[in-house]
Amino acid sequence: MSLKSIYELYQAMERDHTMLSFKGVVTPDLLSSVLQIMESKLNHVEKSNKTKKKVYNVLVECLQNLYHHNENIQEEDGINFLFSKSALLMISKNEGNYEVKTGNYILKENSEDLKVKLDDINALNKEELRVLYKSVLNEGEMSEKGTAGLGMIDIARKSGNKLEYSFLPVDKKYDFFCLNVKIN
Amino acid sequence: MGNLNMEGSPKTPTINFDESTGVLEVKGRSIPENSVEFYKPLNEWVEAYGKSPKSETIFDVKLEYFNTSSSKCILDLFKLLESLNGNGTEVKVNWYFEEDDEDMEEAGEDYQAIISLPFKMIEVEEI
Repeated sequence: MSLKSIYELYQAMERDHTMLSFKGVVTPDLLSSVLQIMESKLNHVEKSNKTKKKVYNVLVECLQNLYHHNENIQEEDGINFLFSKSALLMISKNEGNYEVKTGNYILKENSEDLKVKLDDINALNKEELRVLYKSVLNEGEMSEKGTAGLGMIDIARKSGNKLEYSFLPVDKKYDFFCLNVKIN
Repeated sequence: MGNLNMEGSPKTPTINFDESTGVLEVKGRSIPENSVEFYKPLNEWVEAYGKSPKSETIFDVKLEYFNTSSSKCILDLFKLLESLNGNGTEVKVNWYFEEDDEDMEEAGEDYQAIISLPFKMIEVEEI
């Protein structure tokens, strides 16, 4: 990486009104730190308690998705430990709209299921999402990791917008999953 | 068995389950990575309490917010309390939410729809 590109990176982040950006391994400690930093930043820049809570909530779910998901890959493939555990998180604010962007590796075999799930969620309106949430809450089983299958539904509810996503092919085994959550 | 008191942390709520008054309070935020681990002792306490409960049991839920992993555990706690209801105790739920926090209000209504316990929705300025 050339020295000039440091400035370019800075400018790109400035252009996107980045509040916080992180690339690396998502651990419980990192999660706590990011949430703490973002909470104090939000207290400074956001007047609406409602918006503050929504952004914080989306952030919690996104981070916990990254944490749980990457842990899964680590167990299944020790060789790609560092490669797969590393994730990207970016939070930006542009004229009152917040965006939470995440990027992480995902096993190709899991991409299709997630894609179907996201498309299903995106096809629903506010009230339908609430009904879906309630039925998964009541009927869904908790996984061993303590995930309830509600994360993406909750993110969509709090966002109030369609979830923008993409799966970029990396190699035979992995895709890179990109998610952009907009919060008004 | 004694009371169950747990101090809150940035990721977990304050717990005050009082055996002598039958008032069970959960207060703060609940966003642990693995909620099952956190809620296990709460379930165990309620199960033990259910053997000789007070004639009235009050469940005070004062959550600022919670993650989806917690939402499932909270439902399990509600289901446990539901099973105690009518068996030597009347269980009542007070669901607190902050002013204009429609999300938390809706969350309370959703639990209310699933669980057959009397719910009281209480709007407060700050939790």
